Amino acid sequence: MAHFSVFSLVRNALNYHKDWPRQWRSPEPKSHYDVIIVGGGAHGLATAYYLATECGITNVAVLERAWIGGGNSGRNTTIVRSNYLWDESAALYDHSVKLWEGLSQELNYNVMFSQRGLLHLAHSVHDMQEIGRRGSAIHLNGIDSEFVTPEKVKEMVPFINLNCRYPVMGALLQRRGGTALHDAVVWGYARGADAAGVDIIQNCEVTGFKIEDNTVVGVETSRGDIMANKVGVVAAGHSSVMAEMAGFRMPLESFPLQALVSEPLKPLVDNVIMSNGVHAYISQSDKGELVIGASSDAYTSYSQRGGFNVIEDTLQAICELYPVFKRVKMMRQWAGIVDVTVDRSPIITKTPVNNLYFNCGWGTGGFKATPGSGNVFAHSIARGEMHPVAEPFSMFRFHSGALIDEGAAAAVAH
Amino acid sequence: MSQYRLKQGGRIDRNKSVSFVFNGKRYQGCEGDTLASALLANGVHLVSRSFKYHRPRGIMGHGWEDPNAQIQLEKGAFTTPNVFATIQELYNGLEAESQNCWPSVEKDIGAINSMLSRFYVAGFYYKTFKWPRAAWETLYEKVIRRAAGMGKVPELPDPHRYEHMHAYCDLAIVGAGPAGIAAALTAAKSGKRIMLIEDAPELGGSLLGEPGTIDGAPSDQWLASAKAELDAAENVTVLTRTQVAGYYDYNYLVASERVTHHLSPNTPSKAPRERLWKIRAERVVLATGAIERPMVFADNDRPGIMMASSVMAYINHYGVCPGQKIVVFTNNDSAYRAAAAMQDAGASVVVVDVRAEVDEALKAKFEVHCGAGITGVDYSVKNGIRSVDVHAISADGSTIEGPGSTIECDLVAQSAGWQPTVHLHTQARGKLNWDADRLCFVPNGTHVVNPNTSVGAANGTFGLADVMAEGAAAAKSLLAELSVDVEAVVPSAAENHAFGSIRELWIVPTTHPVGEGKKKHFHEYQNDATAADVWLAKREGFESVEHLKRYTNTGRGTDQGKLSNVNGLAIMAGARGLTVPEVGFTTFRPPYTPLTFGAVMGQTNDDTFTPARQTAMHQCHVERGAVFEDVGDWKRPWYFPKHGESMHDAVQRECLAVRQSVGVLDASTLGKIDIKGKDARKFLNMLYTNNWSKLGEGRCRYGLMVNEHGMVFDDGVTTCIGEDHFHMTTTTGGAARVMTWIEEWLQTEWPDWEVYATSVTEQWSVLSINGPKSRELLAELTDIDLSSEAFPFMSMREGNVCGVPARVYRISFTGELTYEVNVPARYGRYVWEQVFKAGEKYDIVPYGTEAMHVLRAEKGFIIAGQDTDGTMTPMDLGMDWIVGKKEDAIGRRSWSRSDTSRAGRKQLVGLLTQDPNVVLPEGTHAVSRVLPAPPMDMIGHVTSSYMSPNCGRSIAMGLIKDGLNRMGQTIDFVLMDGTSVPAKIVKPIFFDEAGERGRD
Ligand SMILES: Cc1cc2nc3c(=O)[nH]c(=O)nc-3n(C[C@H](O)[C@H](O)[C@H](O)COP(=O)(O)OP(=O)(O)OC[C@H]3O[C@@H](n4cnc5c(N)ncnc54)[C@H](O)[C@@H]3O)c2cc1C
Repeated sequence: MAHFSVFSLVRNALNYHKDWPRQWRSPEPKSHYDVIIVGGGAHGLATAYYLATECGITNVAVLERAWIGGGNSGRNTTIVRSNYLWDESAALYDHSVKLWEGLSQELNYNVMFSQRGLLHLAHSVHDMQEIGRRGSAIHLNGIDSEFVTPEKVKEMVPFINLNCRYPVMGALLQRRGGTALHDAVVWGYARGADAAGVDIIQNCEVTGFKIEDNTVVGVETSRGDIMANKVGVVAAGHSSVMAEMAGFRMPLESFPLQALVSEPLKPLVDNVIMSNGVHAYISQSDKGELVIGASSDAYTSYSQRGGFNVIEDTLQAICELYPVFKRVKMMRQWAGIVDVTVDRSPIITKTPVNNLYFNCGWGTGGFKATPGSGNVFAHSIARGEMHPVAEPFSMFRFHSGALIDEGAAAAVAH
Repeated sequence: MSQYRLKQGGRIDRNKSVSFVFNGKRYQGCEGDTLASALLANGVHLVSRSFKYHRPRGIMGHGWEDPNAQIQLEKGAFTTPNVFATIQELYNGLEAESQNCWPSVEKDIGAINSMLSRFYVAGFYYKTFKWPRAAWETLYEKVIRRAAGMGKVPELPDPHRYEHMHAYCDLAIVGAGPAGIAAALTAAKSGKRIMLIEDAPELGGSLLGEPGTIDGAPSDQWLASAKAELDAAENVTVLTRTQVAGYYDYNYLVASERVTHHLSPNTPSKAPRERLWKIRAERVVLATGAIERPMVFADNDRPGIMMASSVMAYINHYGVCPGQKIVVFTNNDSAYRAAAAMQDAGASVVVVDVRAEVDEALKAKFEVHCGAGITGVDYSVKNGIRSVDVHAISADGSTIEGPGSTIECDLVAQSAGWQPTVHLHTQARGKLNWDADRLCFVPNGTHVVNPNTSVGAANGTFGLADVMAEGAAAAKSLLAELSVDVEAVVPSAAENHAFGSIRELWIVPTTHPVGEGKKKHFHEYQNDATAADVWLAKREGFESVEHLKRYTNTGRGTDQGKLSNVNGLAIMAGARGLTVPEVGFTTFRPPYTPLTFGAVMGQTNDDTFTPARQTAMHQCHVERGAVFEDVGDWKRPWYFPKHGESMHDAVQRECLAVRQSVGVLDASTLGKIDIKGKDARKFLNMLYTNNWSKLGEGRCRYGLMVNEHGMVFDDGVTTCIGEDHFHMTTTTGGAARVMTWIEEWLQTEWPDWEVYATSVTEQWSVLSINGPKSRELLAELTDIDLSSEAFPFMSMREGNVCGVPARVYRISFTGELTYEVNVPARYGRYVWEQVFKAGEKYDIVPYGTEAMHVLRAEKGFIIAGQDTDGTMTPMDLGMDWIVGKKEDAIGRRSWSRSDTSRAGRKQLVGLLTQDPNVVLPEGTHAVSRVLPAPPMDMIGHVTSSYMSPNCGRSIAMGLIKDGLNRMGQTIDFVLMDGTSVPAKIVKPIFFDEAGERGRD
């Protein structure tokens, strides 16, 4: 692997950048791996990376149906935060934020993680109660959280219309929250995993599992059968389809979730600002685009397209809260298929099939969890025992009723 | 008039001079100009600086394909970023500025980036700025952000208005060039609803830039008569200045109409600035034309290098010839027609054609350098283009040959072929084929869920006669699918140019190997990506088209890569040793060109953004000085301060008044659902946790609703009106959710049950009259016998109140003697005023939601959504009594799940702080042990907390682990500032524990 630094950049510039090697190889699949990861999104690649770098398992393949990062990992609004209500979530997401904090250095790849501060606006007495409770819980979990007044919000976001239809009554601020560049995260993990020996195999769709004695022994793919001691599935919107291939049901529903960006504008939005009350969330990329998340469609679907009505609702909310954006233009809009659980928390789990593990259900909010999710999933697969942070997120919680209901408490979870 | 404005020709009005300001300098244009044509008429090419390297850039195109000419239009409240100068029509007084440059577009400090361009290649950011760790945010990113972005966001509110239109049609024709017009003329005869939608201010499409002869007349005349015919046809709607920007499933088109963009923003006008059309079309004709592709050659981004067809359009449409000594650089035949137009306009033309062999007839009129390419451009900001270097190109296209020569010129007009505008086709899920003869992607003709047909240039058909025949035929066959038979009306065109030949040469070599030396071969202008960047992407493994797009930012600018995408793909194909179609194509995403937020917003704005719901008594509350609270979409009186009272004082006073005399709450906002049908009772039994089998007529019962997990999500009182007829109430915020819940179960699980649920929330005004004096007061106003025997607690009676028919419910959320008077909504205000008049002698008060909260908390009544959070069973709430013994009910089975039935869950309890004056902030958590600093182990939190005047102290409720078994214990709550507040766990009831007051 070529080390990236100012010096290597200068050296390569002298040779017109002709010596840069591939950031990850493009190997032919081997016939057998210790671990196969299905799904080359950020979570799958992070899992492979930690398997190889922390768990000592380097005979690993990541099988990706199309090109890495083409799923939700390359389609999200890149918000990172750990201000979740429940202890289990706080542990998982803050494990992630801590890993984010050193990720560019660890991967030797600038993932542009930027802790620009994240505001959650409250627009009603009910919202104030919600952030009051969540803020207190986050604080006592040892995660930074602050309540801020509408005046302070105005100071941070001078162009906001505090007196909108549902006036801003206050906000919860997590200074350590922010954004990262999604593509860089995918590529950085891919490069790191590859350097540690992982085979990243693109254009390789898994079409079935090889199961003997209720134990997975390999996968069937568009490029032939590949055997493995253990298989970890990290297929986001297609996870329930994969579970069906393995003969069990995964309690997920898949919806299109949309997002959009504006044309590039001179910097204005310094923070990430989320509002559940008028359903609008916004940040500004380093390129100057306003990055705006919409809601998911009302209907389940596997097509990466959503209805225009959702875009309307979103921009109506944006213009209500930020009237200065009315003359600004939307440059691109798209959708990803999000795998939603009933309690809006992910599933990191063993399954009814031995040696087959699933990591899914991240729904509308898993980008932020990428490092932590990959990390705890890798350790769980390696040990054959769930990592303590992952333990509560088992799929069997839907049998016991031990839900981690982030949705019920806060309604939206991006 | 300047040297560039032609003496005649074009569709501009030379007699109407229009004055405008660009970068602080005043210029003159003509009516009918775009900002771009007016600038070119004044010899201005340099209009912007590129995003990354801040290279000087000029006008390249004449439409939305132009990657460079985007300006900041106007100042103050009207300022608009990233306006396409090639689209913006000129008006008197227009003011525009270049973006992304400082201090000026000529002398731009940012151009220093250009000197660093050797380092600053694709993927540069990922490789650097990582050390020291903190510096990314504190230093590097700050600098990068400051340099980012193009235009500026207005600082003032937008004075303009936007609106939405909805339309339905049988056939929508997108694009009114010759193909679209031919389709429309044919379709017009069908009598069906036809829409012809054109982006430009007038019909004509390519005919405006390249006129022809149609039906024996100059195409201008034909256009005029076609327009007249279509305008006259009642079944045809013609929209101009309207762009179909998005094509969604089931033929749903979203189009934006630029209603007043062509006028000065100061023009008084009642019209909206933009209108967003939402069109559902049975069938769609896509006649969106084609876009000329640029060559990738050394320093091909210099101002003064334009598309050949655009130069022709400026001549024919705008009467401007942007150069006098022009080099036409091409790989195909079409540019010779443009060259002829230039010559006719008086320019001297030299053609450089990369093809070794060119048809003699084409060559006849020009000096042509065959088998040669431009290998360098002499350009300076001050002098513009002065000459180009030309070399012979080897047969395999990889190198130059011979000594080369220099051609003096002031303009380069280039063409590397054409790409059909397939954006809408692919948005509609259409697939593409690669046409290896004409080197372009063409629609593959089949469609999935969106019936449409591409015609004309959009379909890769370029001859004028063919184009019109195709348009007419498509209209005929799509209408036939709708069972309408029309005759195809095919206008006859004199011209039908064959496509001719084209040489596949994706990169024009130069004196140095491409990517080395100073010259740059751009394929993506706006984001400054070069052929060398594509190679680097390939080298580093970013081979798939999506990776290419992301790694080099190809096609990710405001122009969405209209000029750059195919070149990027083709260069990648070359690098990988594959054909273009093997590399594939990225999907186009809506919108075709950037869509104004305001237009998408439409009229849903300010007062119309989720319109506030008000009860019939709203005005009464306003007059009594209420402060309102948003509850769901409702405005509810929060409290009624008297003479400058604080919220606290007002609430305390209201609470006391209710328990001492009489107070009235406007309870109209509670959800009300009328439930009828022979299975209604059976349905209630499923919907609520308790039993409804025996509820008699005129009786009321409180019920809890739980979800599939057995968790409480709403509550309310439901009353039996008749054997199969019930009146259900829900929480204010939960009404819609309950209604949806009911419908979901009825429609998906029990479609055979006879149950009809109707929302009647807005049909009733509800006055909740509470307090010891409520009976006396109401007795004066009603003919209903209010005695406890005749009208016991938890029952309903019908009669008259204030002479108005009413249903009166004896139910209570305060624990006081309460009558909830329901009257038809239209009488609400009248009855409210009558009640207050009669109540004067009792010192009657109106009270708001805050007092309501305090009063119910004194009694330990829960508020669903505040004391519950979707994780509480009825048992967790200490409400085991409400769980009926019955076979089944929604959520019941879940209570037996291991976690749901375990001991030690969080349970609802009362909390009394040691210090009666301390009110715990709601949301504060209790911990098992107070530590000097977090993290601490949390055991629950405060859900409701108030100062209770009736108890003379603070009271609270909370959810505490194993709370029901910890009665009497004191636990510690930790505030954000670190202090802890001890409180005792008690039963959640603080007032009138025996519950006598309400029943009396
Ligand atoms: C519009 C939008 C906005 C979002 N915003 C945020 C946000 O602001 N913050 C946040 O934290 N999260 C956000 N999310 C959620 C976040 O994007 C996802 O939770 C996260 O990216 C999931 O990563 P992943 O690696 O699990 O999934 P993916 O990136 O989707 O990866 C799954 C991969 O599996 C592959 N695959 C599927 N089936 C097969 C098969 N049979 N064989 C081989 N490979 C297969 C797919 O091709 C895909 O590449 C957003 C999501 C969307 C769609």
